[in-house]
Amino acid sequence: MPVTTTLPDEPEVRPDLRTATRRPRRRRRLVIGGLVVALVAAFAIRVLLGDYTFTVPDFFRILFGEQLPVSTFILMESKLPRAVLAVLVGLALGSAGSLFQMLLRNPLASPDIVGVSLGASAAGIFALLTLGLRDGAVSAFAVVGAVAVSAVVRWVAGTTGGYRLVLTGVGVAAAMVSVVQYLLARSSTWDVQLALRWLVGSLNNVPWSTVGLLAVSLAVLLPTLAVMSRSLEVLELGDEAAAGLGVGRHRTDALLLVGVLLTAVAVAAAGPVAFVAFMSGPIARALMGGRHSLLAGALVGAVLVLLADHVAAYLVPDVVLPVGIVTGAVGGPFLLWLLARGAATGRTG
Amino acid sequence: MTHSTGSNRLLTQDLTLGYGDRQVVHEVSVAIPDGKVTVVVGPNACGKSTLLKGLARLVRPQGGVVLLDGEAIHRRPTKEVAKVLGLLPQNPIAPEGVVVADLVGRGRHPHQGVFTRWTAEDRAAVEEAMALTDTFDLADRAVDELSGGQRQRVWVAMALAQGTDLLLLDEPTTYLDVAHQVEMLDLLVELNARRGTTIVMVLHDLNLSARYADHLVALHAGRIVAEGTPAEVVTEDVVRTVFGLDNRVIEDPVSHTPLVVPVGRHVPLAPLQENR
Repeated sequence: MPVTTTLPDEPEVRPDLRTATRRPRRRRRLVIGGLVVALVAAFAIRVLLGDYTFTVPDFFRILFGEQLPVSTFILMESKLPRAVLAVLVGLALGSAGSLFQMLLRNPLASPDIVGVSLGASAAGIFALLTLGLRDGAVSAFAVVGAVAVSAVVRWVAGTTGGYRLVLTGVGVAAAMVSVVQYLLARSSTWDVQLALRWLVGSLNNVPWSTVGLLAVSLAVLLPTLAVMSRSLEVLELGDEAAAGLGVGRHRTDALLLVGVLLTAVAVAAAGPVAFVAFMSGPIARALMGGRHSLLAGALVGAVLVLLADHVAAYLVPDVVLPVGIVTGAVGGPFLLWLLARGAATGRTG
Repeated sequence: MTHSTGSNRLLTQDLTLGYGDRQVVHEVSVAIPDGKVTVVVGPNACGKSTLLKGLARLVRPQGGVVLLDGEAIHRRPTKEVAKVLGLLPQNPIAPEGVVVADLVGRGRHPHQGVFTRWTAEDRAAVEEAMALTDTFDLADRAVDELSGGQRQRVWVAMALAQGTDLLLLDEPTTYLDVAHQVEMLDLLVELNARRGTTIVMVLHDLNLSARYADHLVALHAGRIVAEGTPAEVVTEDVVRTVFGLDNRVIEDPVSHTPLVVPVGRHVPLAPLQENR
């Protein structure tokens, strides 16, 4: 490449800058559009298909208040809240995971791997079993637990997103699992569904009130994240470059806190659904040609949870598995694939 | 210690910087001359990078103060500072899949609000920055696929798009071969001449520093050893003190600035002359 050392006085032809960014912008539109279509399709599969199927006209008749024997109950009290919860949990975990991976510049630094999800889980089940609390109070405890675990991990590991953070987080996560197991073992109301929900995450038998609470929380958190995400395009250039552009350390902390809260409210509703936060970001990036996108990550998360829950419900006849068992089964190999790919290409993020 | 005449929008008073218990820069008072090119030189680990980060408010002072336009820089809103003072760090991260035009546009961040997006002013600043750095041809290329020299020009374009009166650069020539080093420094000096941008940079190469600097600051063990024009600073004594290197200083045949010739231990100087 020849080296030019003089500055052109009058740059003759000025190519349109919008032309230069057209391809990435087009790809982004395509990916987001495709994911929205995939989300609608996955939602339809989850709600309409399965052991008890609905036609589209029936679905809308029931939705708008018509009472059909059995059908109305199954749709309104089981399938619909479950599908809506799957979408909300997926959006929350997918965006939180993408946010963590982006800010900490490490695909392993997602909230489910560094202990944030399990911190929320341990505090949530403590509130539920030991203190006998419900709904909003359980969520509040989950938030406190997630924030506390994040603070501990950060205090031990420092502010960088290196392997020190990941290893500290994995250690804390293991400790949190034992807290959950201890609380379950001590409880007199011990049952398998409850245990699985707080250990691997489950959408089974979740009432509308839980869905509503999560929806309200996300109605606050997701717009907050959207407004703050402007600084992400600067933060991904590194902490020093970001500081030079007027985005300081406080902004990173504030964004991470939003990610912790998103994780906590999702966990309070459905438990620490395994590996959703971890998988969404890398899948979204692969679709976007390597670029980070919180929106794409959130949509991938929602599609993942919906499909995984459908598989979990109908994989074994007469047994409704918790969704976390399926996402966990997919997430394990995914982790190996990510590590192998990183080793092959030398890319860490 | 010499002081330039003229004004100093950026200066430090008894600035002490460090990380935790480890002090790196000790009570440094330095005034950056406006509209000039200031270069900070010194051996590895002398605190020159830390001093630059201190000037750019990235490291909080343990003592003393950095003043920008007469106000303590750490007390000013960081986004306001970013409209006046830009920083190009040593190793910025080129995000995967981001094209050059997009990256340069991110330099406009301090000028944009939460809801106000792209204005004509932003666009003009980006176009000017890309014209000055000759990066228009790269506009639709992915930054992570560029060569080292191209990428460095793109980073400088981003810093220029920020449109600041002061620009701080931490070793802008690292990883560049000698031709690209000269190209980069030519570019910066021309920017200074053309737009009057005050430039402060840390450089490794003493001879290139002497050639391109209006004002040199020599740092050793976190303290200023000499400060002034290259002719005042680059002397055999100062180089020996600062770098611990036996040397001769001759005139650069091209730029007529001081040129340091290291002596070292393995130069067969004396025997050759005796044999003649």
